[in-house]
Amino acid sequence: MAAVQETVDRVRQIDVDQYRYGFETIIESEKAPKGLSEDTIRFISAKKNEPAWMLEWRLEAYRRWLTMQEPTWARVDYPKIDYQDLYYYSAPKPKKEIASLDEIDPEILKTYEKLGIPLREVEVLEGVVRPEGERKVAVDAVFDSVSVATTFQEELKKAGVIFMPISHAIQQHPELVKQYLGSVVPTSDNFFATLNSAVFSDGSFVYVPPGVRCPMELSTYFRINERNTGQFERTLIIADKGSYVSYLEGCTAPQRDENQLHAAVVELVTLDDAEIKYSTVQNWYPGNSEGKGGIFNFVTKRGDCRGANSKISWTQVETGSAITWKYPSCILRGDNSRGEFYSIAISNGYQQVDSGTKMLHLGKNTTSRIISKGIAAGKSQNTYRGLVTAHRKATNARNFTACDSLLIGDKCGAHTVPYIEAKNTSALFEHEATTSKISEDVLFYCVQRGLSQEEAVGLVVNGFVRDVLQQLPMEFAVEAQKLISISLEGSVG
Amino acid sequence: MDVALVKPATERATRELFAAARDRLPGSGPVSEARQAAFDDFARRGLPYRRIEEWKYTDLRTLLREIAPLAAAPDQAALASAAKAVTAYVAGDAYKLVLVDGVFAPQLSDQTPETGVEVRALRDILENNDVAARADLLTTTAASDTMISLNTAMATDGIVIDVAENAKLTRPLHIVHIATQSSTAAFTRSLLRLANGAQATLVESFVAAEGAAAYQAHDSVVLWIGDDAGLQHVRLVEDARDAANISTAIVTVGAKATFNSLNLTSGAAVSRYQGFIKFSGEGSHADVNGVNLLNGRQHGDTTLVLDHAVPHCSSNEVFRAVLDDQAHSVFQGKIIVRPDAQKTDGRMMTRALLLSDGAEADNKPELEIFADDVSCGHGATIGALDESLLFYLRARGLSEKEAQALLIQAFVGEAIESVADDGLRDVVIGAAERWLAARG
Amino acid sequence: MPLLEVKDLQVRVEEREILHGLSLTVNKGEVHAIMGPNGSGKSTLSHVIAGKPGYEVTGGQILFKGEDLLEMEPDERAAKGVFLAFQYPVEIPGVATMTFLRTALNAQRKARGESEYSTPNFLKKVREVAASLNIPQDMLRRGINVGFSGGEKKRNEVLQMALFEPSLCILDEMDSGLDIDALRVAADGVNALRSPDRAMVVITHYQRLLNYIVPDVVHVMSKGRVVKSGNKDLALELEASGYAQFEEA
Repeated sequence: MAAVQETVDRVRQIDVDQYRYGFETIIESEKAPKGLSEDTIRFISAKKNEPAWMLEWRLEAYRRWLTMQEPTWARVDYPKIDYQDLYYYSAPKPKKEIASLDEIDPEILKTYEKLGIPLREVEVLEGVVRPEGERKVAVDAVFDSVSVATTFQEELKKAGVIFMPISHAIQQHPELVKQYLGSVVPTSDNFFATLNSAVFSDGSFVYVPPGVRCPMELSTYFRINERNTGQFERTLIIADKGSYVSYLEGCTAPQRDENQLHAAVVELVTLDDAEIKYSTVQNWYPGNSEGKGGIFNFVTKRGDCRGANSKISWTQVETGSAITWKYPSCILRGDNSRGEFYSIAISNGYQQVDSGTKMLHLGKNTTSRIISKGIAAGKSQNTYRGLVTAHRKATNARNFTACDSLLIGDKCGAHTVPYIEAKNTSALFEHEATTSKISEDVLFYCVQRGLSQEEAVGLVVNGFVRDVLQQLPMEFAVEAQKLISISLEGSVG
Repeated sequence: MDVALVKPATERATRELFAAARDRLPGSGPVSEARQAAFDDFARRGLPYRRIEEWKYTDLRTLLREIAPLAAAPDQAALASAAKAVTAYVAGDAYKLVLVDGVFAPQLSDQTPETGVEVRALRDILENNDVAARADLLTTTAASDTMISLNTAMATDGIVIDVAENAKLTRPLHIVHIATQSSTAAFTRSLLRLANGAQATLVESFVAAEGAAAYQAHDSVVLWIGDDAGLQHVRLVEDARDAANISTAIVTVGAKATFNSLNLTSGAAVSRYQGFIKFSGEGSHADVNGVNLLNGRQHGDTTLVLDHAVPHCSSNEVFRAVLDDQAHSVFQGKIIVRPDAQKTDGRMMTRALLLSDGAEADNKPELEIFADDVSCGHGATIGALDESLLFYLRARGLSEKEAQALLIQAFVGEAIESVADDGLRDVVIGAAERWLAARG
Repeated sequence: MPLLEVKDLQVRVEEREILHGLSLTVNKGEVHAIMGPNGSGKSTLSHVIAGKPGYEVTGGQILFKGEDLLEMEPDERAAKGVFLAFQYPVEIPGVATMTFLRTALNAQRKARGESEYSTPNFLKKVREVAASLNIPQDMLRRGINVGFSGGEKKRNEVLQMALFEPSLCILDEMDSGLDIDALRVAADGVNALRSPDRAMVVITHYQRLLNYIVPDVVHVMSKGRVVKSGNKDLALELEASGYAQFEEA
């Protein structure tokens, strides 16, 4: 610890402008010391070579955070988190930018392979020519808080799309970051988002200029591999007027005995006539069969349809994490804007999921659609929590919500907590929810045709979630379908 | 903790209120102790407000601000004024039981119950210190809520009804709450026990005598429905337009029993009806319906909790709100299916009709399910009157108001339909018509 | 060796005995009809052979190709060649019929140690059979039986029978809910599958179905037993005189 403390002390001595250019050669430490204080934040900011305004932004969030209470309203139960017993920054060893796959640590590649991530991305990295008609996937692999590889920069650059780690964007596009960061999820938004604002490690930054349709799906893989390292991803996507981008995010994590905290913030902004499609497959370590370990996933994701006729669509497949606390939401500010939320949330073992969405109708003729499929198995608790609200000026607001729950076994719980609020006579809200189990007759029918019990359950479940799976880009749909079957393994007695 | 959020001044005022009322509250010994404990609970937590999840949409700290002083016992003038109100609102063949400003008025009530029914005043039981009859009259653990605690502390009177085994009552029992005073509060607690195999109809209505204004009606009713028994329960809240009505029903449904309930709120500036319905025996069914007809600046809240604690029960909730002007309607419905309550069938459908841009409808239809072999569902819609239907009726010669009235009646009809008895249904429809007529 | 041998089968459902010692022997190539009034235990027999949960076998044996069927899981039985055409085929929303057919067929082939069907061969085969049964392509893309008419559901069962090539087909009340034209289409499908290597057990309340699927042997069931067996004329006899004569038995 003494060495670490020494490092911190040295950081403190260095003036911001001084370390902006030469800092990395001075600091050898890969980890911030345990615990959270203004010093930790200065350390992170220094590590990232951040300008003074960014550090100030972080510190302001931190001071705000100190006054906030951890929320308790969600139906999740977890041991108290000691925020002073966590690391808030860690970086993988190879620090320099790399141009080709050969330069990536083979250990890292091996881990990707073990995690079952298709080699497709590796091929992409190697520049293998894909058969015609297949879309390209650009990968900005976030590996333990720091980006280790960024690809396709050239092609994106040609289209004018900025896709880079947010830490780079802070350096290279400060005007965009200053304008949009925290404009959807303010630093004071909620306990976890405020924490993220103070300590965020890295994440993706996307800017799509006016009229540009992003030439490829943008994809990021997250992984947590350092023990006791809080992960605080920060993602900011801006689709300027008339542009379109589809962003894929997938996570897997190796087994860990100790709980790991993850508090990400994702902000999306669409200007007039723009569209963002954001897809997530989340498969972090859910804990063992006794409910020990697993990731605590407290995520704030919000999209702001700032411009008229804009659209934001969230699709999520949530199968991992011990605790999921996540409500990807849409602020429908622009007239005629549209928000969508498609969700599959699967809980097994002792997992606890409290997830849903908020659709805030502010503009005229705004529409939203919510399709939520919750599947509870084992001893898990699975809650859909959603808010649909139409404000006074939201004439002709339209919402359709369908949330269905499927129970597998009699030790789990499935809950639905919708809040439906209308302050406008021309609003039309429709909401329906069902809860049921897989009928014995259906299972027997499948088994009589030769399927095993597990195959039969997998088939029925995939049928149940089909509407949502269809919303995923092809690359993810196949993976997600496999994931669903894997996550329900052992749920049929 | 909430304690810190209760304004000390308000708490002091509330304590003074209770101290002032003490002499008028019947019962001593354990009853007094129960009252004190309940009051302490209320004083500690204060009026429920928006940070209390169950009261999210009905913040009594802003809507009610404070508890009004206890209404005085009715004098002759009050009884005379109440007598006029009774005749205006009671169904023809009902056996009526009248509470004036929170006190039972035998002179206004019907005296000859059918065989198989025993009717007593809560005050008599508490004052006579009849230990056997008194048991758990004021204590209920079925639901925890500050407003129930306040009611327990302050209840001055109420009706205690026992229906004998297999008795099938032919006339409805009608408890009429009449307020004759202004700016005061009445607290009542009534109980109905249906023995096994019994059948009864209970109507409760809340009205104001002429001139009564800005009063508060705080009521609670505890209903026990025995095995194979059946209760039809109708509530009509037609309080004065500037009054408040805070009511609770705690219902326990035995095995192979039925509970059929309808609450219609068209009166009061601020109202909350909370029903806690629990199945305690298998093979039972409950229909729990509600209608809010609100305009002006009325705020009406219906909150229902259907607790499927045992297997093989079914419940169906139908709720309708019609909102004009700046009215605000709240519907919160929760279906709980406990871990062993397999084969539960729970349904809930809530619909709100907004007639004006200033109106607000908030719905929270909630499912909390811990058993797998169940079938539960809910639906919710919020919208305006169908323009094409309105136009069709207008084209057939109806005025806009007439056309709206017709469509509104059709809209709320689904909730009212569950009242099986024709005469009783007419009483409910009468209340709805009075609201429509008052719209002009 | 007989294909199916049911020996002195006793079955209970929730403490109540439904089959009281039923015996039945079916050889390859034969078509047996089992007739009987409602509640005689016909459907119970078909469910127990297929292995539906909820039935307790308290005595007797079922041998299929000489193996003890009661020891096998329902999917093992399917892979061995037991096919039950359901009286009420279930609806499974979201699962395309085509996907289901391929998944089930390959599961069975895998269990038998056979290679999986190649996609072109599979599609070709499904299209052929579907065409012969008047099953339009769009039906195969829809969820299993979702929105199908009664006749479509039964044709879907026959389609699966044709694809899976089982050695024993049990048709449970195939005629229920079908009009005469739908029945004829389904029956033609079944007749096309008659072969020297395959046996069929046709369970029906009415003789009508047996005009279309002509049985080699007819059994009459009553109160959980086979009370009379004969050739196809027995069915006509029953049609004329009803089940009453067996009720007292």
